[in-house]
Amino acid sequence: MSMMGNNTPQKLEGATKQALEIGRTRLLMTGAIFLLAFTVIGARLADITVFQGGAEPKNHAAANPRNAWPTTRADIVDRNGSLLATSLVTASLYANPRQILDSRDAAQKLITVLPELSLAELQTKLTGNRSFTWIRRHLTPKQQYEVNRLGIPGVYFQRDERRVYPQGPLAAHVVGFTGVDNDGLAGIERSFDEVLKGGGRGLALSIDLRIQHVLRQEITAGMKRVNAIGGAGMVIDVHSGEMLGMVSLPDFDPHNPTSLDPKTLFNRNTLGVYEQGSMFKLFTAALALDSGAANMTSTFDASKPIKISRFTISDFQGKGRVLSLPEVLVYSSNIGAAKMALAAGSEVQKKYLGAFGLLRKPTLEIPEIGAPMVPAQWKEINTMTIGFGHGLAVSPLQMASGIVAIANGGVMRPITVLKRAAGEHPQGNRVISQRTATDMQKLMRLVVTDGSGKNANVPGYLVGGKTGTAEKVNEHGGYKRRAVLSSFVSAFPMTNPRYVVLVSIDEPQPIKENFGYITAGWVTTPVVGRIIPRIAPILGVSPVDDQAADVKARMYVNYTSAKGRPGASVE
Amino acid sequence: MINFARTDTSVIGRWWWTVDRWVLAALMILVGLGIVLIFAASPAVAERIGLDSFYFVRKQIGYLAPALVILLSVSLLNVRNVRRLAVVMFLLMVVCMVLTILMGVEIKGARRWLSLAGFTLQPSEFIKPAFAVVSAWMLASGRMTSGFPGRTIAMALYGLTIGLLLLQPDMGMVVLTSAMFAAQLFVAGIPMALVAIMAIGGLAGIVGAYFVFPHVASRIDRFLDPSSGDSYQVNTGLEAFMNGGLFGRGPGEGTVKEILPDAHADFIFAVAGEELGLIACLFIVALFAFIVLRGFTRMLSEGNLFILFAVTGLLVQFGLQAIIHMSSTLHLMPTKGMTLPLISYGGSSLLGIAFGMGMVLALTRSRAGLGEV
Repeated sequence: MSMMGNNTPQKLEGATKQALEIGRTRLLMTGAIFLLAFTVIGARLADITVFQGGAEPKNHAAANPRNAWPTTRADIVDRNGSLLATSLVTASLYANPRQILDSRDAAQKLITVLPELSLAELQTKLTGNRSFTWIRRHLTPKQQYEVNRLGIPGVYFQRDERRVYPQGPLAAHVVGFTGVDNDGLAGIERSFDEVLKGGGRGLALSIDLRIQHVLRQEITAGMKRVNAIGGAGMVIDVHSGEMLGMVSLPDFDPHNPTSLDPKTLFNRNTLGVYEQGSMFKLFTAALALDSGAANMTSTFDASKPIKISRFTISDFQGKGRVLSLPEVLVYSSNIGAAKMALAAGSEVQKKYLGAFGLLRKPTLEIPEIGAPMVPAQWKEINTMTIGFGHGLAVSPLQMASGIVAIANGGVMRPITVLKRAAGEHPQGNRVISQRTATDMQKLMRLVVTDGSGKNANVPGYLVGGKTGTAEKVNEHGGYKRRAVLSSFVSAFPMTNPRYVVLVSIDEPQPIKENFGYITAGWVTTPVVGRIIPRIAPILGVSPVDDQAADVKARMYVNYTSAKGRPGASVE
Repeated sequence: MINFARTDTSVIGRWWWTVDRWVLAALMILVGLGIVLIFAASPAVAERIGLDSFYFVRKQIGYLAPALVILLSVSLLNVRNVRRLAVVMFLLMVVCMVLTILMGVEIKGARRWLSLAGFTLQPSEFIKPAFAVVSAWMLASGRMTSGFPGRTIAMALYGLTIGLLLLQPDMGMVVLTSAMFAAQLFVAGIPMALVAIMAIGGLAGIVGAYFVFPHVASRIDRFLDPSSGDSYQVNTGLEAFMNGGLFGRGPGEGTVKEILPDAHADFIFAVAGEELGLIACLFIVALFAFIVLRGFTRMLSEGNLFILFAVTGLLVQFGLQAIIHMSSTLHLMPTKGMTLPLISYGGSSLLGIAFGMGMVLALTRSRAGLGEV
């Protein structure tokens, strides 16, 4: 024990000494590691703050582009590159109410620059215990300068972006508009929202501003003349399917769409569906001819009204005799068209109308598309009324695209509001034979030379078409007396049709100059008659001599009437 | 302001002449910077979660006085009392941690907090320094008293502590405690072969965590390939540093902090970067390095194994926590939520660090001629 007692402290002291030696050496190593770690942190700090500090912040821009500063929304241009919509960088004014020293004083000062704001409202905004409130979006540079000069603490500018439509309402229904945060809310702005937000080059529409302008001007004048409540018009290239002009009136200012009557936002061409009236007789004739149910010399007895169940089908200013197929169109006989439809039969009618795209919702690149109203049951009475354009409501877009197929030789092609490459003709579906199409083109010309379309028979452009005056459906489902939609669908030049023009005038009023008539032949055809000579030169359609022998020969229709009167004329 | 004669032999007087005043000063500067940064960083966070702007500021300043009291009063203790205090604290905190696991408040999927009469306490913040001192005592006794199984007891206590931390779970504490214990074993002179085994064990632990804990895997994945997941917090943190540049935007002038998640705690160093700039950040790094390395340097002439091991452990904890925090915000390592000692928001963290650093101050006092053991 005592020996141990003598030995142990020494031994222990030695062991402790050794342990201390090892401990110190290893502590030095530990310290070196720490020193290294702190040095690395220091170097990294310098690297990040000073050497990478000048670079763009990574987080918002690179990692998540959608959260980034709003990228400039791409322009929308017409087919010739004219601006329809563009974005301007603006300054928006906001405040941090916590930093506002005297909200009353600040509000009073701001009102001097922005007098449209309400003083009480502004003062409330500036008083709250919040750190952010918008005061006014999109200041003009002058306003920004003036606000800056006020020197109010707690008031700041935020870089903002504002959508500008240099053409104002001119193409508003096609282009659409954006909301205050630059999200597309209607038209192309809405359907191509993602594309436009992605920036890049402008989106080119098929619209030609010059044609758009002519359409709008002439339809406005035509509406004014008859005190109409609305109007619509389209010009379509029959080969490419491009929409060159599309006007719906009344229209709106896309800078301020919400402040106006919501009716103005309504696109009559695409969203509205209407019974198209006598224009539909073109489809009836086309399907009767193409199916073989009738030919150009077929006759239909229109001597007396058709009574079926509780309806009576009669003619407006009827001839009261047997009519040939061309005469049915020239005189726009409801009885004749009903019988023609009956001759083809319901199934054939449905098949062809379906092929013309009249029985389902059409497609176009804007979101405002209406679906047709198709009768649930397709009975004999439906076949007859649809034969002259009642009992089936379609949009003017559908009406026009069906006529495009007749005009281009019988092929349905998708209609577009986007510009196609020059010469690009999309794949289509043949709905009627070339021969039927040629016959139909002659018949359309005949209606203009000899029938209700005379007022559109402008010299040199060989206009063909068909009028339609449809009684409008009232709120109770019945027809409104004296409230009609007067339309004229046309194509030109009829020897080789290139363009379709469809114009509708909504609820024209009787005027003295029209001898009280509100039918399309008095109301709408003159409008088209003024549009075509203005747009044809723009479209590169040269006038021809309509009396030239070869033109007359190509357009000749032998429409021997049931009365046995031969002739190229019914005068 | 304080003026004690060399001959003053009162407790305070003796303390003043023997305590490491440089380290004390460095700690006080860190606390001061912490107040500035909590003012800068926490209002944005408080507003985001719907609290009063200065909620965190008030709470943190409320913890400051007790923290300073703990730091200074612990530093007054002699070596034996430090050891006693650590043992008592260790036992108490083991009990608290068991209670935490049984009846603690669950926050963000972990049970770390114990609600005591209106205060929430995180026992793991206190067991960490207490364990450092207890294990140092065991390791030192094992070396000095033949036949005493000090190392075995230390290992067992380590296992107990780690087990309790894993049950919460609190991986940050597990890493810190393990690293601290490994450093103590290393300094206590375990054979180099064992050091290698420990290193491999540490790596295996990380790899294991990668496969066992999905959130660990996701963080490591995102560190290795930032595009593989949401790296918003890290990128926003880096943006804060970039925004700060050399001199910073000035206190209170930061803007990135407004959108930086956890700006007041796990990313407060990024707020320092934005508002105070590179120079101030380097100063903060230097302060931590100074505290750790000065402590180590003093230990090179220390003759007491227990003190050597204890101070090593406490300083490794303190320094490593700062290194992990700073490296996380600087994207030098996968994000590991860890507070910056004395600067980040967090009451328990502040009190725990004050307790640990109080013990460091007490153990590093000059004891020449005092005959203490």
